[in-house]
Amino acid sequence: MKILVCITHVPDTTSRISFTDGDTKFDTTGVQFIIGPYDDYALARAVELKEQQGGSITVLNVGGAETEPTIRKALAIGADEAIRVNAEPGDSFFVAEQIANVAKDGGYDLILMGRESIDFNGGMVHGIVGEILGLPSISPVMTLDIEGDTAKMAREIEGGKEYLEVKLPLVAGCQEPIAEWKIPNMRGIMSARTKPLKVVEPSGDATNTKLQKFERPPAKGDVKMIDAENVGELVGLLKNEAKVL
Amino acid sequence: MSILVFVESSEGQVKKTSIEAVAYAAAMGGDVTAIALGNNIENSELEGLGKYGASKVLHADDERLNQGVIQAYAAVIAKAMEDTGAEVLVLANSSLGNPVSARVSVKVDASLVSNVTDLPDTSGGFKVKRSIYTGKAFAVVELTKNKKILAIKKNAAEVKETGGSAAVEKYKVTISDNDFGAKITNTDKATGEVLLPEAEIVVSGGRGLKGPENWGMVEELAKELGAATGCSKPVSDMGWRPHHEHVGQTGVKVSPQLYIAIGISGAIQHLAGVNSSKYIVVINKDPEAPFFKAADYGIVGDAFEIVPKLTEALRAAK
Repeated sequence: MKILVCITHVPDTTSRISFTDGDTKFDTTGVQFIIGPYDDYALARAVELKEQQGGSITVLNVGGAETEPTIRKALAIGADEAIRVNAEPGDSFFVAEQIANVAKDGGYDLILMGRESIDFNGGMVHGIVGEILGLPSISPVMTLDIEGDTAKMAREIEGGKEYLEVKLPLVAGCQEPIAEWKIPNMRGIMSARTKPLKVVEPSGDATNTKLQKFERPPAKGDVKMIDAENVGELVGLLKNEAKVL
Repeated sequence: MSILVFVESSEGQVKKTSIEAVAYAAAMGGDVTAIALGNNIENSELEGLGKYGASKVLHADDERLNQGVIQAYAAVIAKAMEDTGAEVLVLANSSLGNPVSARVSVKVDASLVSNVTDLPDTSGGFKVKRSIYTGKAFAVVELTKNKKILAIKKNAAEVKETGGSAAVEKYKVTISDNDFGAKITNTDKATGEVLLPEAEIVVSGGRGLKGPENWGMVEELAKELGAATGCSKPVSDMGWRPHHEHVGQTGVKVSPQLYIAIGISGAIQHLAGVNSSKYIVVINKDPEAPFFKAADYGIVGDAFEIVPKLTEALRAAK
């Protein structure tokens, strides 16, 4: 089985988010970058599927040279080889087109990624890739098993889940609890240094949106503390001050 | 401007988030047509969309569309955009809407933005504000294509009843068997509950509740408020509550009017899922719990005493 796992290079979930250059650029000062948490689930499941069924895992990132430590981490976790499309990830369409161009001649049975990136939270790339390639796209996927040429999945819906069966190949946007995140071991880290990481130039430059500027949310006011002996006061405040009851 | 709105239903009723999408489209100005798929929706529900500003509702009542098959839905909606000459498609962010709209954007060559929080600014170009970094920031984005797709976040528009009844038309489309390649074999869904992503009030519990057997009082409180119940990640990881109730960075992101957190310390990953709530109430026995910093109202004390008292006080205040 040939699996392509697309990963994002995103700020750690605990990062303080701030902007520079007149609020047009993300401020990377002091920010730790990680594999997108949802992508990390996709990668972990790919590693498990490879252990069960054999095959190979290619990890793909669209980004500048600064993403290579993140890509190496994916190699340490268990991917066999990596491709970096050397371009700023402009918008969902741009990234999806790059992925589709890499994938179209790759003969992949599964194209996995996270349900969304945690920087832009678009949740659109898997669907766009699927449509460009003419493949089914399923997201958000909670469980994924392969039986012969069929993928059996559970997809999260509001208030529950639905179970699906889809013939390979397909594109899936993954989320927990599809697999447990894997922590690279020493052998993985050592071998990741010598695994192939191919850099390719982007094909095309089409985007369909343009970022104008970033904004920070308004500062939160102070918390109003209510005595534990007087919960009735809270009911009054919710009714008359917040007006939410 | 001609606007098409994709409307979802649940148990025969139009979803509240879809009503918001219709209201959003109406507030944009222009001619609003809604489209609903499947024959499991009440006709009166579709006519009722007129109240929120839809002049017409297309009803693709093919039985095969009773299940949300992503590719088939995308094919029908893209065709409807073409047939109605819609320049804009509006839909609510959802587990079905987002993957469907991604495919539609390719079919009709549209600019696509999700998590939209405000009405578009059309004073120069077509710009919208969207939530990014899991609610920790916003981006203003210009949509550069002629056609546009907006997946809106809850509370992006105020729901106002203005119009009357909408004309419902049957909408027939030929859908290729290929588009039904994904077979939905079963659905496992809570019924009769207030759904978390749609709820105006959410009551969530964390590890402070000590075990799944103590959720009764959370449910009581939620019932009194007409609220949905949620939980923190550890609670869902330990299997105390189902995954679809997990609120946070890698779970459901909610934006209710009121979020009540009980026995949740407020890790940054949890806050990421609730930071677009209008008001936050935190009940925790630890006065140093970081969640208090993000709260509007706080009570320090034992949840096992406070929660039943709060339910009682709400009942008394009715």
